This record gives sequence, structure tokens and C-alpha cells, in this order.
Amino acid sequence: MLSKEIRNHFPILNQEINGHPLVYLDSAATSQKPRQVIEALSNYYNLNNSNVHRGVHTLGNRATDEYEGAREKVRKFINAKSTEEVIFLRGTTTALNTVAQSYGRANVEEGDEIVITYMEHHSNIIPWQQLAKEKGAVLKYVDLEEDGTLSLEKVREVITDRTKIVSIMYVSNVLGTMNPIKEITEIAHAHGAVMVVDAAQAAPHLKIDVQLLNCDFLAFSGHKMCGPTGIGVLYGKKALLNNMEPVEFGGEMIDFVGLYESTWKELPWKFEGGTPIIAGAVGLGAAIDFLEEIGLDHIERHEHELAGYAMERMSEIDGLTIYGPLDPEKRAGLVTFNLNDVHPHDVATVLDMNGIAVRAGHHCAQPLMKWLDVSATARASFYVYNTEADVDRLVDGLRIAKEYFNDVY
Amino acid sequence: MSTNNLDQLYRSVIMDHYKNPRNKGVLADNTVTIDMNNPTCGDVIHLTLQVENDIVQDAKFEGEGCSISMASASMMTQIVKGKHVDEAGKLAHVFSDLMLGKELDDSIDLGDIEALAGVAKFPARIKCATLAWKAMEKGVGNDSDTTD
Repeated sequence: MLSKEIRNHFPILNQEINGHPLVYLDSAATSQKPRQVIEALSNYYNLNNSNVHRGVHTLGNRATDEYEGAREKVRKFINAKSTEEVIFLRGTTTALNTVAQSYGRANVEEGDEIVITYMEHHSNIIPWQQLAKEKGAVLKYVDLEEDGTLSLEKVREVITDRTKIVSIMYVSNVLGTMNPIKEITEIAHAHGAVMVVDAAQAAPHLKIDVQLLNCDFLAFSGHKMCGPTGIGVLYGKKALLNNMEPVEFGGEMIDFVGLYESTWKELPWKFEGGTPIIAGAVGLGAAIDFLEEIGLDHIERHEHELAGYAMERMSEIDGLTIYGPLDPEKRAGLVTFNLNDVHPHDVATVLDMNGIAVRAGHHCAQPLMKWLDVSATARASFYVYNTEADVDRLVDGLRIAKEYFNDVY
Repeated sequence: MSTNNLDQLYRSVIMDHYKNPRNKGVLADNTVTIDMNNPTCGDVIHLTLQVENDIVQDAKFEGEGCSISMASASMMTQIVKGKHVDEAGKLAHVFSDLMLGKELDDSIDLGDIEALAGVAKFPARIKCATLAWKAMEKGVGNDSDTTD
């Protein structure tokens, strides 16, 4: 277990909500920010703020150094070969849309196939839906196993020689499932398809190694991993990125502009139109420092343990259903559940009145809700700052919810 | 841990409507059907109205959602029956004011609906309560249309 002292790095956690100390269990939606990240943002604005790659003045140089320094931190964090492969964008959604609109538009033709799964987040469904519609391509879904995992056998059945793109989430934001990305990438490559990884729920929690995974693209957001909102990363293999057209034109991505023809900067700036998200990148760099100081392996272990403890404690409650694999080793640190016939919004309100923040709803995964045959679920998601005591508070809160609704019914 | 303030939200009359919804179902001879959803949480409502001579003769609903959204739909269908479409539209505004915590005109008798006044203190739940009313408003404002 991680030290409880980690909590002290997060000023927001030190407050009462509705008369109770806050228990924040909605980190899969967005994580809280440690003091180090908040200070990095304020230092940047207080001391170094300037536009990058333009000014010849000192502040311009400092801002450029910080921005490009953050890129190097990200490169190391995901073990990319070069900083040319690390593109700063707004977040996972923008990154996936960029792949669909740039690589997808240029390489997918009528009758080609794009393969995703039933567990995908909307951000990894709709860009492909739109691309398929535009190109007359076929969007295919890999079905899930009973326990909410993916079987490589089914992946092999769905991917064919017509498949051009396979795009799958690394960790499910609902089921907590960790998918065998390396093996799926091998299958995709054997059929000549590129592999896109939605790592929004993976980057905060486990060590990502893009060279080991051998994926072609990988996307994640800063705000789910202790960084600020509005910054995210698209990783792409250099050879692919070099052959791709930008999707946003103007500002930082420009090389030379003529009256009727223009040229773009080289990688990675080619994809970073406008004034880049400088402070966001600086904040993300500070978040990476923070996470690496703790160690991603420690974070991953801590979350497995918390999820395991939560599932054990929650299964003491009669009538509570947990979705996704029941083996804590097969899942990341979140537990999605329903309590009897009490609607998850009602559960979430009772918990909120007791200072406990959870998510209730469809979690931007409506096809998965349909697959689970529920209209909504509640979700408790854990991060570095959560402890077993938080889980105990959750379980107490769930008992209160259950009793309360038993009484009022 | 406490449940005291929850009682402001979950009044027994709300729970009664949730457990025993009035006007549940689909009107076969409807003149208006409205499907609405709350995209942030997945609540859905399928509302059918029978409007003749600008009077809402009958109303039924089906849907999926939390206790607040379903109870609100049940109460809405109850009060709207027999009302002129203009009056029904006005009620939707009155309800919206209720959700904003505004003082209501004493001359308006909302019956069971007043139990939903406590929702105003739970900002995250206001959208749950207003879903059915938005559907009704759309229906009576646009009564020859079938929308989805």
C-alpha cells in the first residue's frame, strides 16, 4: 500500500463535503492535482509565460525550453524512440480524431474494415463511425466474453485482410478490464492493419512502453494522470506521421506560406496548429515527474490491491452487482456496480450527502451499457491518493443507501 | 453519516410515484410522441399525448431513469391531463421556476409536484426532474409533429 502521506500532496482532498471529509472516487473521470502540478502551472505563468518557438527574447526561450522539456518527459514516460513521435493535443478525444481524420481519410477506402470493441468509450467509437460513413467502410465490433474481457480468438475472427485500422482501449473505464494490446497489435499487423490504442485509462495507472506494445498510435489525456485539463498526447510511429497530413492548419504548424501553396513544419509541430497548449504541457511534465517519483509499478500494485479490497468489501453487501472481471489481477483500480433496484443516480446522491464522490450514468460507453443490459451504473474509481479507509467509507455509504431506500420504499 | 437532508429530496410522495407510476405505458391513439434523453446520464423518456382541440386529453410515459426523473414524469402526466396546451406549457415554466428555487404564485396548485421542490437544493439532480417536462413542453408546443 502507498503511504497515506501521498494524500497530503493533494490540497483539494483536505475539505468537507456536505459535512463529511471528502472521499474522491471519481478519478477515472478526472484525477485530482498534486501541489507540484499546481505550482508548476503558477510558476510558469508567474515567471516564464511567453509564446514558444517565436520570440528571440529570454522569456520566449524559457517557455520553449519548458514546453519541449515536457515533450522529452512524455517521450521517456511512454518510451517513444524520439520526441518527433510525441504530439501535444487537447486530449485523448482530439488525438483519436486526428488519427481518424488524417491517417484514416488517406488510407481507408470503400469496403475496408475498421475494428473496435463493445467496451469502447464514445471517443473511440464515433471518430471511426464518421470515417466509416464518409468512406463507405465497415465498422466491426469484437464481442466481449461473459466476464467483460476480450478473447484473442474472437479478435482473430473479426480482423481480416480488409481491416485497415484496429482501435482498442488499453483499460476499460467501466469494466476495469486490461486488454492484451501487444497480442492484438500482432494480429492487426499480420493483416496489414495499423493498431491504435486508447490509453486514457492506462497512462495514469500502469507503465506504458510503446516500443514493447509495438502499436502504431497511442492516445492519452493529461487530466486523468494528475495533470491539467486541455492537454493530451498523440504518439505515432515516425514513418506513419511523416506521411500524414495535418488536420489543423495555421499558427505553430506553418513553415512557409505562399499565396496559393504553403508548407508545414517537420514533426512533431506539423500537427500542433495555433499557439500550443504550453502551460498544459508544463503541467503534464510536472505530473509525470510526480508519478515517476512514486513509481508506476507502485501505483499499479496499489490500485490492484484497492480494487481487490473494494470488491471483497462490496460483495458483503447483499444485492450489489459488480460488472467486469471478478479477478482483481485482471482489472485496473475501479469498480462499477449497481445496488439492488436503486437507481445509480440515487445511490450517488446518498453517497454525495456523505461526502463520497462517485460517478453514475453511462460513462460515455452506451454500447457497453447495452451489452451489460443496464441503462446506467455507478462507478468508484481509485487513484494514488485513495486508501482502504476510503473504501470503508464507500461501503458504509452504500449500506446507508441500501437501508434508506429500503425504508422509503 | 446521516440521511436527514436526504429527506428533503426523497419525500415519500416521490417514492410512491416512483414505485407506483401513474400513466405508465404508451397511448395507442396518440397524436404526439416525444422521445427525449438526458445525454449526460442515460435517462430516457418516451411520452405519448392525445391532444384534441388544443386540450391534452390523455398522457402516458415510459422510460428509464432514477427515482426523481420517473416520479416527475408520473406527476407531470397526472397534472397535464385535461389542460389546454397553453396552460400545460405554462405549467412547464412554473415547474422550471420551482427547480430554480423561486417562490411560487400561491394561486397555482401543483399538488404532489410540490414535493419535488426539494430537488432545487440538489443542483446535480435538477436535470433528472425536468426531463419529462421538457418532453411535454416540446409536445404541446409542436403538437402535430412527431419527433424523436
